[in-house]
Amino acid sequence: MSFINYAAREINVKIVYYGPGLGGKTTNLQHIYERSNPKQKGKLISLATETDRTLFFDFLPLDLGSVRGFKTRFHLYTVPGQVFYDASRKLILKGVDGVVFVADSQEVRMDANVESMRNLEVNLTENGYDLKEIPYALQLNKRDLPTAVPVEEMYRVLNFKGEPTFEAVATEGRGVFETLKAVAKQVLYELRRR
Amino acid sequence: MDTNLVMYQEEFDRITQVLNRLRVDASAKIVFLVDKNGQQIAGAGEIDQVDTTSLASLTAGNVAATDGLAKLIGEKEFSILFHEGRKDNIHISIVGQRLILVVIFDERSSLGLVRLRVRKASAELERILQLMESKAREVGESEQASPFAEITDEDIDALFSE
Repeated sequence: MSFINYAAREINVKIVYYGPGLGGKTTNLQHIYERSNPKQKGKLISLATETDRTLFFDFLPLDLGSVRGFKTRFHLYTVPGQVFYDASRKLILKGVDGVVFVADSQEVRMDANVESMRNLEVNLTENGYDLKEIPYALQLNKRDLPTAVPVEEMYRVLNFKGEPTFEAVATEGRGVFETLKAVAKQVLYELRRR
Repeated sequence: MDTNLVMYQEEFDRITQVLNRLRVDASAKIVFLVDKNGQQIAGAGEIDQVDTTSLASLTAGNVAATDGLAKLIGEKEFSILFHEGRKDNIHISIVGQRLILVVIFDERSSLGLVRLRVRKASAELERILQLMESKAREVGESEQASPFAEITDEDIDALFSE
């Protein structure tokens, strides 16, 4: 749910990175943080455990520039991927404008991808959204690993509405900005439509 | 789903006025208002001393987690959260179910005073919020809904040109 502030002439939108545990959601945000112009970005906040597992969320505010005199401020969030943090995931989806699903390409994680996507659908529904309608991009992460499932197969299993899909190696930054752009564009188009 | 929050200059000025008054009346250092999704709305006091964007997002996370706790034990909500530090304290309260009012204060004030003043300011903020919501609904029904109605593909592409 975007927030249009005519007084400050800015629009705030919320993008959530979703996906199974250890899939690279936080790594996506870290890369965006490292590669963004200092003027564009705020602080990257990670609420993580001592072993760097996301406990509640990561948060990165990002200014993308102006459209028609309005500053566009993107608030990027990740959810904790581990199954038992479901209550937290649900909270973070509140007010979301767009979702990036970060899938783990490793063969052993395919079930986890599918389970996480079902979980996304359920949690969106509970927040009053529809996965089929919401701005959405799919990222196939960890393409560099030898156990990576062929792209065509992942596409067949995980892509369900022809959404923009990107191959990525988030640790090297490959595909990270492309994914963000794809979802951000859809969010802006959505604003135009409303 | 809730309606989108849209804020015009008039409401912004009124909100800022209420926050400024609250800051003085409660002898607080910082007063600010965020929505439950973590978007900062307005602030008063020494706001340039802190990272308000992060503060807003963490406050919203905090409130969301506390809301979750409340539901688990069968409470509707915990309408007030209070964090006591060595020097500074944070008082967080819910306004009109969708906004969060944050007051940061030190030994120059007290919890009792803050609570008292917050109650009064909340009622005013709630009225402004209702106004904003009814305005958003009206505008939503009219044609000229968003300033983005006329943006072009080129405008959007330009954002990502780098």
